[in-house]
Amino acid sequence: MQINKTKKEDEMILELEGRLDTMTAPELEKVINGELSDVRKLTVDLAKLEYISSAGLRVLLSAQKIMNKQGSMVVLHANELIMEVFEVTGFTDILNIQ
Amino acid sequence: MKELTVEARVEQIETVTEFVNAELEKLDCPMKVRIQIDIAVDEIVSNIAYYAYGEKTGSVTVRIEALQEENGVQLMFLDAGVPYDPLTRQDPDISADIEERKEGGLGIFLVRKTMDDMKYEYKDGQNCLTIRKSF
Repeated sequence: MQINKTKKEDEMILELEGRLDTMTAPELEKVINGELSDVRKLTVDLAKLEYISSAGLRVLLSAQKIMNKQGSMVVLHANELIMEVFEVTGFTDILNIQ
Repeated sequence: MKELTVEARVEQIETVTEFVNAELEKLDCPMKVRIQIDIAVDEIVSNIAYYAYGEKTGSVTVRIEALQEENGVQLMFLDAGVPYDPLTRQDPDISADIEERKEGGLGIFLVRKTMDDMKYEYKDGQNCLTIRKSF
């Protein structure tokens, strides 16, 4: 997986490319736990993400919890299969998916 | 039927995925199903890698075969670790509020929802988890 980060003032955009799974989720976790302290608006763009497993869901969940306390988070461009994973696991109710 | 045995470590998930995908390609598996199966491989092999052998190491065997009666595939995951039936685990509460959300249990739940069938048995000293998916 590749993570493209764009940061401007208190906004951060994370573009994820490839697979967000057991092996790659820790890379995203590192960004979420280490680089969000001054971020008020987080955008996670999944346009180039092929799939997500539960390891990836857990990281998105902790990102959403962090951003609920200090600002907002949106998830963009999830493909059909990723949307299905969000729906099956109830993540459509806890993430702001646009 | 084809099978692959690797050390039960998360670093081996990619090897297993590549092996499974090569077989799925021969069966003309549609991309959507291929991805659902890739996710299942990630969930099941990572569970075995993290929990089956505790502090010790061991192996995991993956067997893949085409279904006879219809277009589809069956995958079997075997490990000689601690006997554990993942299907007895309670479903996660997927309607829980974000702060109440528990982190565990989502993976196997997801596999159960996306595969057509999932079965567990403990046989000859091995955990044997079977999933089936038709396409």
